[in-house]
Amino acid sequence: MTAPPFALLVERHAGDVARLARALAGPVDGDDVAQQAWAQALAAYPPPGGLRDPRAWLLVVTSRCATDVHRARARRAVPVDPADGVPDRPAPGADPADGELPGADPELWAALRRLPPRQRQAVALRYVADLDHAALARALGTTPGATRRLVSDGLATLRRELAPLPAPPPDPHDDARQETP
Amino acid sequence: MTHAPDPGTAPTTADVEARLRAAGPAPGARPRVPTRAVDGADVGFAVLGTDLGRVLLAAGPDDALLACSFVPDDDAVERALRRLAAAVSPRVVEAPGRTAAAADQLAEYLAGDRRAFDVPVDLALATPFQRAVLGHLAGVGFGDLTTYGALARGLGRPTASRAVGAALGANPVCVVLPCHRVVASSGALTGYAGGLAAKRRLLDLETARADLHNSSAGEGADG
Repeated sequence: MTAPPFALLVERHAGDVARLARALAGPVDGDDVAQQAWAQALAAYPPPGGLRDPRAWLLVVTSRCATDVHRARARRAVPVDPADGVPDRPAPGADPADGELPGADPELWAALRRLPPRQRQAVALRYVADLDHAALARALGTTPGATRRLVSDGLATLRRELAPLPAPPPDPHDDARQETP
Repeated sequence: MTHAPDPGTAPTTADVEARLRAAGPAPGARPRVPTRAVDGADVGFAVLGTDLGRVLLAAGPDDALLACSFVPDDDAVERALRRLAAAVSPRVVEAPGRTAAAADQLAEYLAGDRRAFDVPVDLALATPFQRAVLGHLAGVGFGDLTTYGALARGLGRPTASRAVGAALGANPVCVVLPCHRVVASSGALTGYAGGLAAKRRLLDLETARADLHNSSAGEGADG
């Protein structure tokens, strides 16, 4: 069977790709990530082994692009001298741009983007992209058991992070603040 | 389901799952076309609204015109794209820039301002026999008519007028390769991919323009 025209993949899955990209990279970088994902998918299309599930394949490409953007950002970030008293991680609040999205949950997306990369990918692919653990394991090059673990660890962290103030999320780098009752 | 748990308590896992599933950017909105993802595509296409109805134009790797087809509905678009994917390459993307020259010439032609197309054509979607038949159309100029039988004789297959008709019916590059200038030996308009009304309209357009051209010599309407 020949692979379907790429344009049909775009038509059918552009919404899911945009959604996952924004969840993983934020609304501003998210559009870039989606563009990059389409460009990379086109460059690799059709994959040599054939395509059983085009949607899952596209979403995995998207999540890899989002991880790359994350890393590139970290490299670009200007190191801040802690002596300046400037916080070395963003406030736990939302990226203000998230609020511009209709139906967005800025607090949640900000918390998601603070998860370690594998957990972030696993949680987003599981819930935002709705992949099952078999597809997730293929995407992350591991076993379904390991992806269940990544997802449940990620969810546990999100639960803690989303606990309402005035219980600020514990910051292991900031011992001074933890002394306040 | 609440998105605002009681103060002081962490949301449950089910809460977080529900928020992850529900609160993504609105999935319903028609996505922007990923315009950057066109480099390296083998086939670029565009769907135009014309006086004849919706038309799909597609250009191949060397920007030659692969298709100019009537696509009245989305199913027809999908069929055309699948045909391109199977015959040329699955790397088919929407890229109006790749077909802009053909689109401009088509618009000029339909406005009566152009008599011949000079975009390169690629008959990758046609069989060898279809190619031979379509090649003979080059001799049928603007405003002229021929018949299936005459084309069959021209091909040295005088009894093949039905096969010629079928080959013209499968013309992947309509209008540009003027299969609309072929009629039954009775002069009747027979089938046309874009419908008989479209065929009538194309012939009327050409007749009107050809008459105008004949009656006012010197009017440089040649395209």
